[in-house]
Amino acid sequence: MAHSGINVLFEGTNFARLMGGLWTAVWIAAISLIIGLALGTILGMLRTLHNRVIRFILLMYLEFFRIVPTVVLLFLAYYILPRQFNVNWPATWMAVLAFSLWVSAEFSDIVRGALESIPVHQRESGLALGLNQWQLFRYVLLPQAIRLELPATINLATRVIKTTSLLLMISIMDVINVGQQIIEANNQNYPTGVFWVYGLIFILYFIIDYPLSRWAKHLTAKQKY
Amino acid sequence: MAEEILKVEHLDKYYGDWQALHDINFSINKGEVVTLLGPSGSGKSTLIRTLNGLESYRKGTIYFQGKKVDPNPKEWQALRQKIGMVFQSYDLFPNLTVMDNILLAPTKVQGRDKEEVRKEALALLDRVELRKHADSYPRQLSGGQKQRIAIVRALAMHPELMLFDEVTASLDPEMVRGVLKIIKELSDQDHMTMIIVTHEMNFAAKIADKVLFLEKGKILEETPGKQFFDHPQTDRAAEFLNSMDF
Repeated sequence: MAHSGINVLFEGTNFARLMGGLWTAVWIAAISLIIGLALGTILGMLRTLHNRVIRFILLMYLEFFRIVPTVVLLFLAYYILPRQFNVNWPATWMAVLAFSLWVSAEFSDIVRGALESIPVHQRESGLALGLNQWQLFRYVLLPQAIRLELPATINLATRVIKTTSLLLMISIMDVINVGQQIIEANNQNYPTGVFWVYGLIFILYFIIDYPLSRWAKHLTAKQKY
Repeated sequence: MAEEILKVEHLDKYYGDWQALHDINFSINKGEVVTLLGPSGSGKSTLIRTLNGLESYRKGTIYFQGKKVDPNPKEWQALRQKIGMVFQSYDLFPNLTVMDNILLAPTKVQGRDKEEVRKEALALLDRVELRKHADSYPRQLSGGQKQRIAIVRALAMHPELMLFDEVTASLDPEMVRGVLKIIKELSDQDHMTMIIVTHEMNFAAKIADKVLFLEKGKILEETPGKQFFDHPQTDRAAEFLNSMDF
C-alpha cells in the first residue's frame, strides 16, 4: 500500500517538533511585541514634542527600520553584535532585539499619528486644568490614543508573527526550520512531505493570524465614540 | 481698596509678522466681572487665551495677584491651578466619567484627598443639577450638560479667577440659558472674579461690571458695564451694539 503523505506529520516526534518550533516563533514575537510597544509608546510621545532635534533623530530611526529589510536587521544583530561589540547572546535573543527595535520604530509612528489626531482642544483643556506634560499624556492623551491605535497595532502584530518565518536565516529552530529538516529527513519515504509539512505550517500561521486580523477589522468598523 | 487679581500692561502679541494684540492694558479686581466684547476677529479669544498662557506674547507684562508672571511653561502650569478656564467646545475627556473628569486635576495636580474632592464635586454637581450623571460618560450628555460639567471641573480647582471663552457659542439656544444662569450665580453668590468673552449681549449687560470693547486687536474703550450698553463712549461701539439685536 502506498504511503499516505500526511503520515509524515506523525512520524516519530515530528508533530511535537513542529509545535515546538511554532512555540519558539510565537514567544519571540510576543516578547518582541511587549518590548517594542512599550518603547514605541515612549518614542511616539517624544515625536509629538516640539523639539526639532529629537523629532529628526526619531524620524531617522523610524525610516531606518522601515527601509532596511527585516532579514538584514536579523543578520546585523546576529553577526555584527557578537563580532564588533562582544555581545554574545543566543540567536533567539538577538532576534528579540532586532524585532523589538523594528516594532518600536513602526509603533512610534502609530502612536504619533494617534496622538496628533486627538483634537487640540483636549490638550488645551488639560493644560488649562494645570496638568503637566506627563500628566496630560498619562491621563488624557494616551488613553484616547490607544483606542485609535488598536487596529494598526493588531495589524503590526500579525506582521511580526508572519515575519518570524525569517528566523531560520539565523539558525533558530522555528517552525519553518523544523519543517525543512523534517522534509529533508523524510524525502525518501514521503516524496509529498513538502506539501503536507508546509500545508500544516500554513494552517498554523493562519490559525494565529486570522483571528487577529478579524479583530482589527472589527475594531476599525466600529471605531467611533 | 479692592484686591487686584490680574493686571495686564502694554501687552503685544504677534502671529509671525502679524500683530494680533496691540498695547493691551487693563486690570481686574477681586469679585469683578469683565466682559470682552467686539466683532469676530477682534482678538477677544486671543486675549483671554493669553491670560492663562495658552498663547505666548512678545511684549508687555501680566501680573497675577500683584506678582509679575514669568512666562515660562512651569510658571504657567502652576498659575493655571488658580486660573480656571472653560472653552467653547467644552472638551470633557471622553475616556473618563464625569466624576473622574472633575477629580483628575484636584487629585493629581493639587494632590488633594480624593474623598474630600468627591464630596465637593457632588455638591457642585447638585448645583448644576447633574448629580445623577456623575458616573456617565461625556458622550451620554448633551452639549449644555457637558458645558455645565466643564464649569464644575474648573471650579473644583478652587480658582481665583475664571475665564470663559464663548462658552455658549456652540450650544443649542435652549441650552444657553442654563449655562448662563450658572455663570450669573457664580458672580452673585460666590463673587467669583471672571473674565468673559461672549456674544450674548443681554447676558453681558446683566453681568458685566466692566466692558472692554476690542477691535482689530486694540481695546477701543473700557467702560463700566451699565454705561457701556446705555452710552458707549466710541461711535464704533455704538454701531456694534446697534448691529446686535437683543
